[in-house]
Amino acid sequence: MTFARVMIFSLFVLLAFTGFANILPQVQGDPPAEEEINTGSLDMAGMIALGERLFTGKGTCTLCHNNLGRAPDLLMDDLSQTLPSRLVDARYEGVAKGKNGAGAIEEYLLESMREPSKFVVAGYGKKGTNDTVSPMPVVNKAPVSLSDIEMNAITAFLQNKAGFDPTVPLPSAGEAPAADASDDGDEEDGPATDAVAAIEKFGCSTCHDLEGSEADLGPKLNGIGKRMDDAAIAKSILDPNAQIAEGFEADLMPQDFGEQMRVSELNLIVDYLKKLPE
Amino acid sequence: MKLARPVYILLLLAVVVALFPDLAQAAGEAGEKLAGAPQPTRADYPHFAGMSSRDIVWGVAQMHLFLAAFVLAVPLFSIATEFMGKITGDQRYDNMAHEFMKITMSAYSLTALFGGSLALALFLLYPHLMGYLMKVFRGQMLIYALLFLLESVTLYIYFYSWNAMRYGNRKWFHMSIGLVLNTVGLTLMFIANAWATFMMSPSGVDPATGAVIGTVWEATRNPLWNPVNLHRFVANIAYGGAIVGAYAAYMFLSEKDPEVKAHYDWMGYTSNFIAIAGFLPLPFAGYWLMAEIYAYSQQMGITAMGGILAWLFIIQAILIGTIMLAANYYLWCGLMRTENGQKYSKYVKYIMLVIVGGFLVWVTPHSLILTTEEIRQLGGTHHKFLGPLGIMPAKNTAVNLMLVFTFLSFQMFYRSSRIPTVKWARAGNMLIIALYVTGIVNIVFAGLYGYITPTVYKVGASVPQVISTMSIIIFSVIIDIFMLRGAKTTTVHWGRMSDRSQYALFVLPVAFTWLMGLMGYIRSSLRTHWHVYTIMKDKSPEAYIPTIGEAGNTITIITLSFMAVMVFVFWLSRLGATRQETPS
Ligand code: HEC
Ligand code: HEC
Repeated sequence: MTFARVMIFSLFVLLAFTGFANILPQVQGDPPAEEEINTGSLDMAGMIALGERLFTGKGTCTLCHNNLGRAPDLLMDDLSQTLPSRLVDARYEGVAKGKNGAGAIEEYLLESMREPSKFVVAGYGKKGTNDTVSPMPVVNKAPVSLSDIEMNAITAFLQNKAGFDPTVPLPSAGEAPAADASDDGDEEDGPATDAVAAIEKFGCSTCHDLEGSEADLGPKLNGIGKRMDDAAIAKSILDPNAQIAEGFEADLMPQDFGEQMRVSELNLIVDYLKKLPE
Repeated sequence: MKLARPVYILLLLAVVVALFPDLAQAAGEAGEKLAGAPQPTRADYPHFAGMSSRDIVWGVAQMHLFLAAFVLAVPLFSIATEFMGKITGDQRYDNMAHEFMKITMSAYSLTALFGGSLALALFLLYPHLMGYLMKVFRGQMLIYALLFLLESVTLYIYFYSWNAMRYGNRKWFHMSIGLVLNTVGLTLMFIANAWATFMMSPSGVDPATGAVIGTVWEATRNPLWNPVNLHRFVANIAYGGAIVGAYAAYMFLSEKDPEVKAHYDWMGYTSNFIAIAGFLPLPFAGYWLMAEIYAYSQQMGITAMGGILAWLFIIQAILIGTIMLAANYYLWCGLMRTENGQKYSKYVKYIMLVIVGGFLVWVTPHSLILTTEEIRQLGGTHHKFLGPLGIMPAKNTAVNLMLVFTFLSFQMFYRSSRIPTVKWARAGNMLIIALYVTGIVNIVFAGLYGYITPTVYKVGASVPQVISTMSIIIFSVIIDIFMLRGAKTTTVHWGRMSDRSQYALFVLPVAFTWLMGLMGYIRSSLRTHWHVYTIMKDKSPEAYIPTIGEAGNTITIITLSFMAVMVFVFWLSRLGATRQETPS
């Protein structure tokens, strides 16, 4: 009965392997929790609630729009005052110029998200630009990558806060609520081929003073090559919270560059940073 | 009648196409500028009462792959063995090559059966994915079916013409058929690999929508295609060797006749040799694959080496260690076949020390890059103990040392039946010892250097290690060839082996099969919640990565079924050769 002997022996070997697999830590890799929105049945109250979640969550808006003075504190300001006052500002040249009412506010809010530099609230512009360039990222581009519906939801949330009836359209059934990760940037789908393109693709200059952005949310990276070696630079990009630069806050820098970047892009950026003059 | 099997498969495909006209249409639209990849929702996935679609496909696919790997690999070394027989004129080789093919024949129809079931299961359970893949690969799937037919024809001709074309020029003609068979077989595998790797690293399609914009060739030649081709090619040889070894062991255990036993002992030894020879380059093919995965997508690399899957590499280490130990144990037992073996067996305990030590270093977990959620679940990123032993240079050092010492086991057995007669034998031996010592010192120093260099992945240090390992193997083979020329050979008592040693030959296929199952699980899991990575989301209820335990249980069940099938095939082929005596 060689057959039986061999099978029993195999079974024992297999049980040893199986047993080992079962004593290791057991973690199930769930797909990322997606905002499962039934777009067909989403009413305006749902839109507003979604907008609030996006504002504090995926949109990363509260990184800047908080009470630290980096940007207008949209959650605390009296939006019913501030927003209409923008439209009558002498410097305002945007789409909602000369209009008023809820519809005009909608246009202004969407414009602020799509083209932040169209109008820069006084005192908040990038240093040295005399309030002509906004430090705010374009939110429907990487890395924030909000979809139209998501921007509408945020608009509804802010309109509501300002005491207006939201005027944004409700999404129709079947419309995908979240932008597909892959169609966020126009030509930006392939890996960036030079450092400047990579830095632009991942929006580093919105926080760091790179390419003349003069942003100061993150530390200056000039002369970083003197302080850190390649590995340390790469690590501070892939795992920013591992070591927090002095005088800056944790959790500000996006944690998922490791997931978005190709190795080639990481290398380009590290190379570029380390050569930055002091 | 057997020949008809592939025809059934074609028929089956025809039925599938008839049942799902939209699929046929999808295939027909080839060449047109197409809409993007389908994005089915959860409700769009067909399912059958309470059965897990994924487990069905998983099980059937694995069975098919195990059988196919075996069926594709054996003709490769069968033709090599045949060639050996032709140039040495030793009929034993020819007989063994023929016997290799005999086992393949029994497994072939099963391969086709599982392949057909797999196609059916995929089309029934994942119609959107298959529809999309058909759009991308268009006519290639039909070419595949045709090649399969060709494979069957050549396989049958190759096997059945064996004795008719045994000698002289006819032998060369016979080997040419074998060559055609192997070419077709490899092409089949490469095509199937293209589909699997396309799902991991799609190319030739619009990255935003998945619309087909490139040629079939562009989709085929995706970034991971060649690394996987190489990895599977090498692994198949090792796997085929391991299974044939199990066959020999089975026969050895069942037979009583000493002469027959001697034959199967020799066959087992040769198979073990093939398995290990195929196994040696595997870690390096694995590195290349991993490096390409990182280059393709940082995220995928991190998912593989750092995320929840990192623990799998620890099981992988256990399995590889098991394989090494079993192979070495078998070789050590083999020393009892020769008179001189005794002289060498005193070194066995040292080799064992190194192998076990290397094995322990390899299973030591170290830094695991995890997402915060996973860190929370696991309770920490770094394993609590033995930190530095877990990092790459230490692991590379361990692997290389294990390979060197396994080779030493082979060399010991080979030399145990040969006494060199050349004058410079002493000097030659010293040279070999010096070679080993320098090589090992090199490997250890490169390992230490790897510690202190601050590169992120410390891959650089592994190159001199691999070169050292390879040099030891290649140069000592060359020295041996010259030194043992005209050596006084003592008899090898084939068949003088304990029954226990044969079980080592069963450990190999069991561990290999389980390991292949495990790697398949990792490869599929790398896509995380995507059918086609970054292009087509997996919205089915089973889009999650199962836990290691869950996967382990599934793989065990599949492996056990596979072993049962194979041992049954062995049993059958023994039965087929048994003839009841004519009653007097
Ligand atoms: C990098 C920091 C930063 C981030 C992140 C950011 N903003 Fe801003 N935002 C600013 C600054 C600074 C201003 C003021 C200058 C200007 O008007 O452009 C501003 C202005 C605005 C305004 C006009 C406010 C007003 O009072 O007129 C709106 C609306 C706005 N942001 C919405 C958003 C939303 C929604 C998000 C998240 C999706 C967001 N911002 C993310 C920095 C940021
Ligand atoms: C949302 C704002 C933000 C963005 C976008 C951002 N960073 Fe940062 N970065 C920070 C902050 C804040 C710190 C300091 C806190 C820390 O060390 O985590 C920092 C720290 C760093 C450091 C470490 C500096 C030091 O002196 O220790 C490096 C290097 C760096 N970032 C590179 C990058 C690169 C490259 C990118 C683009 C791929 C990028 N950052 C995008 C906010 C940002």
